[in-house]
Amino acid sequence: MENQATYNYKVVRQFAIMTVVWGIVGMLVGVVIAAQMVWPQLNVGPYFHFGRLRPLHTNAVIFAFGGCGLMATSLYVVQRTCNVRLISDKLAAFVFWGWQAVIVLAAITLPLGITSGKEYAELEWPIDLLITVVWVAYAVVFFGTIAIRKVKHIYVANWFYGAFILAVALLHIVNSMEMPVSMWKSYSAYAGAVDAMVQWWYGHNAVGFFLTAGFLGMMYYFVPKQAGRPVYSYRLSVVHFWALIFTYMWAGPHHLHYTALPDWTQSLGMVFSLILLAPSWGGMINGIMTLSGAWHKLRTDPILKFLVTALSFYGMSTFEGPMMSIKTVNALSHFTDWTIGHVHSGALGWVAMITIGSVYYLVPRLFNREEMYSMKLVETHFWIATLGTVLYIASMWIAGVTQGLMWRAVNPDGTLTYAFIDAVKASHPYFFIRFLGGFMFLSGMVLMLYNVIRTAVAGRPVNAEIPAVVAHA
Amino acid sequence: MKDFNSDFWGIYIAVIVIVSMIWLGYLVVSQSKVKLKKGEKAEVTGHKWDGDLEEYSNPLPGWWVVLFYATIVFAVGYLVAYPGLVAFGNVWNWSSTGQHAQEVKKADEKYGPMFAKFQAMPIEQVAQNPEARDIGKRLFYTYCIQCHGSDARGAKGFPNLTDNDWLYGGDPAKVVETINNGRHGQMPAFGAAFGEEKVRDVANYVLKIAGKPNNEMRAERGAETFKQVCAACHTAEGKGNQSLGAPNLTDNIWLYGGSEATIVETITNGRDNVMPAWQAFLGDAKVHLLAAYVYGLSHDK
Repeated sequence: MENQATYNYKVVRQFAIMTVVWGIVGMLVGVVIAAQMVWPQLNVGPYFHFGRLRPLHTNAVIFAFGGCGLMATSLYVVQRTCNVRLISDKLAAFVFWGWQAVIVLAAITLPLGITSGKEYAELEWPIDLLITVVWVAYAVVFFGTIAIRKVKHIYVANWFYGAFILAVALLHIVNSMEMPVSMWKSYSAYAGAVDAMVQWWYGHNAVGFFLTAGFLGMMYYFVPKQAGRPVYSYRLSVVHFWALIFTYMWAGPHHLHYTALPDWTQSLGMVFSLILLAPSWGGMINGIMTLSGAWHKLRTDPILKFLVTALSFYGMSTFEGPMMSIKTVNALSHFTDWTIGHVHSGALGWVAMITIGSVYYLVPRLFNREEMYSMKLVETHFWIATLGTVLYIASMWIAGVTQGLMWRAVNPDGTLTYAFIDAVKASHPYFFIRFLGGFMFLSGMVLMLYNVIRTAVAGRPVNAEIPAVVAHA
Repeated sequence: MKDFNSDFWGIYIAVIVIVSMIWLGYLVVSQSKVKLKKGEKAEVTGHKWDGDLEEYSNPLPGWWVVLFYATIVFAVGYLVAYPGLVAFGNVWNWSSTGQHAQEVKKADEKYGPMFAKFQAMPIEQVAQNPEARDIGKRLFYTYCIQCHGSDARGAKGFPNLTDNDWLYGGDPAKVVETINNGRHGQMPAFGAAFGEEKVRDVANYVLKIAGKPNNEMRAERGAETFKQVCAACHTAEGKGNQSLGAPNLTDNIWLYGGSEATIVETITNGRDNVMPAWQAFLGDAKVHLLAAYVYGLSHDK
């Protein structure tokens, strides 16, 4: 086939564009629910109530925005680092359209109140089945392409993408075991504390593999590429890869401290969460140290700014996470907005920033352009996004610690000093600052969409030629 | 209480955890052998991808290795002191239920005498005591305002506690009984038995005895049904029956609302309303103070 001389950029292009589109949709819903926290009268009717929009927000940003970003970059990276076209164009197209179908179904069913009630796994069983089929197709495309690679060694980015694809398949299937009772209702196969444990084994590994391992794969390709420098340490890659994917599997119970979960499970969840600190930081070190010798590029290259800022937020959140898993810290932070702040320092600071940087790298190459339509707009986007993230995180820290302290404050007679509503009132100004931060981040995404459209219109869709394999040791 | 019914699982978990710790340690050790001499620069590994992607073979950063080992050492220490290696128990013999029991005991010792002082006083007297009222108010703010509101004036379906109108009785003993055991108020549905027209007739009779504008014709017809059916609980005069929790319908105070439409809804579908029981959770001393606070809300003025 004539195609075999080129990489399949079509599916990458589709996913890359949809990353930006779903990013805007997901973050818009986020801004809406942030506004509902500030102005509760915005909770209109059952369909646009906070309780239904919140899972729509999380699903849209994680699986639509993050998922499309991971699929775009992994399918790009696997081809380029294996020196071979995707193993099947048809299957790749199925993955794209199948994944979009999942997202659209989520956007319809969640506001209708159709949910399995499991956090980050709300979609009901028919959609769960569709996800499984699409995911298996994705795995076949990815690993099939690795199998036919023209380069002997497998590049480190592909280890992380591979771990992400395998682990998410395992997590999704085990956690979604459920008994359908009707077309749109099912009940979990697990009960009580076991159900909670399975759910948070899934939940925390969704963070560990979807939001961490996958995006580390992204980092390992786009950071050295954009910096034009070799990865800092192959040894560090080896150690932190194996330690990370091994240790994450244990960390789930820290979501269930001081609950009906057995004490020993809570202890193990806590100590393995602490051990995770070093493996996580291994990725940050490897990324940031890759810039040694190229630090000056940070001054002028907004794409590199996105990538390196993402790594900094990654380092910060992966320090904060183990600290919050310590039971005595968790006793203060659990159920407060501190958790929301922590999640968003990962989601906005790490996941979104590394994705945005990578998409800015990709788009000109996918549309045969030298660079984005406007690098000035990329720079503006960077500053708006960074400031928005900082506002978001800082306000939630203050709100969270305030809530935690108010909830535990007792009078000399042993009664609680504050009613719950007192803590809500105290949080109100910070809810507004959070709304502002989120709004800024969303505005940046709108700039990005404009920039991407202008770049695409100015260029034309291309499939790059596959270069001859360079012989090396 | 044991988490497993066979000792095997305790050993199974302990072995996996210990092997895991050793494996993590070995992983770091295995990649720590190569060190750079002073001034020496790391080489690239020799592999190349996608034109220019390469990797240096830099050694692991020393401080990072130390951090890694430190977390493993901490983990081992923690699992010796606290539960985790199930088969081996834990040196401090710690358990979350044990810690809870200890904290409750400490709180009882600290706050017990203060509560005991008020518990010995009759509720009417406690209700007059400013210190007791403050404590009662705080308890109310913690446990009661979710339903009854921070002003204690209730909401639709949740009784107003300030108006001295009582579903089950407002003397101190009754208030204590209500808090202790909770209440389950039920009114059967009459929609099917009465039919639409008759329901509206009865509703208009209820409006009439409450002293509200009503349709005379309907009220007259409804009176008959009321005496035959409704009076069983609400009494012939409609003044209710506190031993059943049947509301007084003549005082124009409404739990669900006093419009014709709402009364029709109530008669058609019936009502089912629950207040949870608090005795086991709060204990008698706190219930005593809460009862005094609630009693004082309407007997103080």
